[in-house]
Amino acid sequence: MAVNDITFSISSGEVVGFLGPNGAGKSTTMKMLTCFIPQTSGSAKVNGFDIGEESIKVRQSVGYLPEHNPLYLDMYVIEYLGFVANLQGVKNTKTTIKDIIADTGLELEQRKKIGALSKGYRQRVGLAQALIHDPEVLILDEPTSGLDPNQIEDIRALIKRIGEKKTVMLSTHIMQEVEAICDRVIIIDHGKIVADDSTSNLKTSTSRTVSYLVEFKGVTSKSQIKAMPWVKAVVQESDTKWIIDSNSDNNMQEDIFRFAVDNGLVITSLQQVENSLEDVFHKLTKK
Amino acid sequence: MRTIYIKEIRSFLSSFIAYIVIVVFLIANGLFMWIFEDTNVLDFGYANMDTLFELSPWILMFLVSAITMRSFSEEKKVGTIETLTTKPISDLSIIMGKFFAGFTLVLFSLLPTIIYFYSVYQLGETAGNIDTGATFGSYLGLLMLGGVYVAIGIFASAITENQIVSFVLSLFVCFIFYMAFDYLGNLDAFKGTDFFLEWIGINFHYRSISKGVLDTRDVIYFLSLTGLFIWLTKIVFESRKW
Repeated sequence: MAVNDITFSISSGEVVGFLGPNGAGKSTTMKMLTCFIPQTSGSAKVNGFDIGEESIKVRQSVGYLPEHNPLYLDMYVIEYLGFVANLQGVKNTKTTIKDIIADTGLELEQRKKIGALSKGYRQRVGLAQALIHDPEVLILDEPTSGLDPNQIEDIRALIKRIGEKKTVMLSTHIMQEVEAICDRVIIIDHGKIVADDSTSNLKTSTSRTVSYLVEFKGVTSKSQIKAMPWVKAVVQESDTKWIIDSNSDNNMQEDIFRFAVDNGLVITSLQQVENSLEDVFHKLTKK
Repeated sequence: MRTIYIKEIRSFLSSFIAYIVIVVFLIANGLFMWIFEDTNVLDFGYANMDTLFELSPWILMFLVSAITMRSFSEEKKVGTIETLTTKPISDLSIIMGKFFAGFTLVLFSLLPTIIYFYSVYQLGETAGNIDTGATFGSYLGLLMLGGVYVAIGIFASAITENQIVSFVLSLFVCFIFYMAFDYLGNLDAFKGTDFFLEWIGINFHYRSISKGVLDTRDVIYFLSLTGLFIWLTKIVFESRKW
């Protein structure tokens, strides 16, 4: 069973990251929500329509970019978008296609065959086909996988822009992506939801330890630092750089400053190291 | 359905499949009908087009299997089936779009052979000394047989994502329905049921229509067989077990 008893709801206008290790059931969930494969039990509604009973209406209101972005490689970009527009029953096909091509930055490529495009541009074509009927809901399955860093940035910016107006659900296993685009994260593992919270909440709630990266001018030792009551662990990065883990939720920067003054040290840099979503992800999905 | 149909036709044209199918069909038929010694109509003595009508079901068997083998197999392999089926169109309209596109190709392969008919018509000892009714009956039979083949091909394509498997399977099922039932009926083992067996086969009804008598039972047979395979395709397609 790929997906087992998961429940969540996404309110309109949210951008939600659907996170999980490979094989966690992300794509399966998305395939069910887009009416590609039927669910064996349970039900779901997309934009208020039941995926089983009102499947055509669901499909009308959803824009879907499948994993690996399948396209007809022997079609021209503009021809393909026309085909999709007709399938979606778009009115004013010509102007719509023109707009979407401008939106996704495909002006120069529109008369090329899809097979001749680079991966980044193909991804844009995939996004264009998902957006062509101006859907309420966008479901994107790993929209940036396999792209180079510049292309990833472009596509992310594009999704972010789209997300201002639409409800977006995107799956990924890249943490930075979620931190960059999403308001909320749902993490699933082995077909079950292990976390569902806003991006910022999730980062703070699951991280008990706050760390500080400190650079001292002068000589100090591990035991000296450890003498502070709230210190959980100390790691020496280099001669002068230290990472101090705190077991307190309070901000201890002041304490560190006092410690330096008491020991005749000068702090040249001090920063709180935030727990990244990546750590959260590791904690929740590693068994 | 129209959108799918247009897309399929375009893909036939842009990938040269259409031209190759039509040209191969015409050359093969032309060779047998006008050039090859044993089968050409010029030496035959009778002004008829039997050569064409006996040969075409065999040639079509290969060509139709070839043009339909990619219809669903490729979509499944490339994954475009996922974009296609998540659009607001019914499964049946996807299938029918593909069916009519294949059927159109069969139609356009047959159309130029009307020139053959015209030639035989003019070349008769007395011009026009050809059984026009029987010829057009045969054309109709051939068209309906083409329809059955296309439905079988699309069905074969829907159950596998491997084009070769699809091709061989389609060829096999077409053969079974066109000829095998006839041969089975001839076996001693099936004495008593021989008429029924032959009746299931396409050839029985094709021959009947070729006589120039348009029997509704034959027409219904062809349409039902086409419908049956389209329905089977729909069942396979709905199960989405790929």
